[in-house]
Amino acid sequence: MIQTMLIMMAVGLFAGVAGAILGLGGGIIITPVLTLMMGLDIKYAIGASIIAVIATSSGSTIAYLRDDVLNLRVAMFLEIATTIGGISGALLTGVLDPKYLYLLFGALLVFSGWNMWRKLRRGQEVMNNVTADRIATKLKLNGSYFDKSEFKQVDYQVEQVPQGFLVMLGAGLASGMLGIGSGAFKVTAMDTFMKMPLKPSSATSNLMMGVTAAASATVYFFNGSILPNIAVPLALGILVGAVIGSRVMQVLPARVIRIIFIPVILFIGLQMLYKGIIGG
Amino acid sequence: MDEQSHQNQTTANEMVHIERIIGRILQVGVVVAAVIMLFGLILLLIHGGNGGYPVGHQPTTISSIIAGTVALKPYAVMMVGMFCLIMTPVLRVVVSIYAFYKEHDTLYVWITSIVLVILCISFVIGHTV
Repeated sequence: MIQTMLIMMAVGLFAGVAGAILGLGGGIIITPVLTLMMGLDIKYAIGASIIAVIATSSGSTIAYLRDDVLNLRVAMFLEIATTIGGISGALLTGVLDPKYLYLLFGALLVFSGWNMWRKLRRGQEVMNNVTADRIATKLKLNGSYFDKSEFKQVDYQVEQVPQGFLVMLGAGLASGMLGIGSGAFKVTAMDTFMKMPLKPSSATSNLMMGVTAAASATVYFFNGSILPNIAVPLALGILVGAVIGSRVMQVLPARVIRIIFIPVILFIGLQMLYKGIIGG
Repeated sequence: MDEQSHQNQTTANEMVHIERIIGRILQVGVVVAAVIMLFGLILLLIHGGNGGYPVGHQPTTISSIIAGTVALKPYAVMMVGMFCLIMTPVLRVVVSIYAFYKEHDTLYVWITSIVLVILCISFVIGHTV
């Protein structure tokens, strides 16, 4: 029993660091470890993943709020979309064929991976436009953060707010129906569509995914899918990992984070396309 | 341009203030959840077995979790800790409404309140569907 606990804590520590840096929920690490290595039923693995998402989110958000890396207004505004999407997803289960969702969102992530690769090659993180976006200005979404790897304040503008909102709506729908992609779509919407720099995108994604997960977490909590002996040591490991990760992320060059992010997002995207093709 | 940058400046300062408030309260929530979970885990290590419940069972109703916590059953205490953790993002949304209100940002008081309402609706739907 102690052995299982220690493994869970170690897995959690790793998932917490990675999740906090990339703005992902960590389900991509936790679900395979629990099902393939520990032989746990998928139902309990999903329950543990939900707790993992919340632990990553809350653990990393403490530092991201204190150091002013994330964009609170963007998060709040987009949370309207993800929560509505989440409800729609829950209601549409059984009506909509998940196959098409897998294909659509798999393709979106692959596109996003390609787009990130282009950004990486261009080597420019922040694009300063002459004219500010009208909607972004109205909603006071434009932001600024201090980059600890470049030792300078970075001001950025937010663009294509409707497109970002739409992707978030889809992201909420997909994660509500398919139980995946809690963070990948959020980073995509902000980085690829709204042209935010990667660090605030990742930090803001971390903040948002906790809220999206909290709604479904209570369901899993009361139906017994969350096993305390698995989820508690995992969550404790993640909290420590996320606190570390949220500090590491800030001193890493954005370019390095992007280099780690691209294969991960391509992997998730291709996995979803595969599921869509073989029929979910 | 000057006026524009001045406006950006005040918005930025206000934001830093709001973020500090929310960050501090979130930190308290996370620490409380972590301490309860850790306490439950230590109880489990001391008592061994299946956390005070038959194998394959755990408390899942509010009343059984409360009863188990009073009796210091490890699994019940761990469930309380996890419940606190699940509530931290909700706490964050509630505190945000207050923080935006304090800074007289009416637009975002509305936006954040809408998020909270949708969140409550999804709790209800989640438990009925």
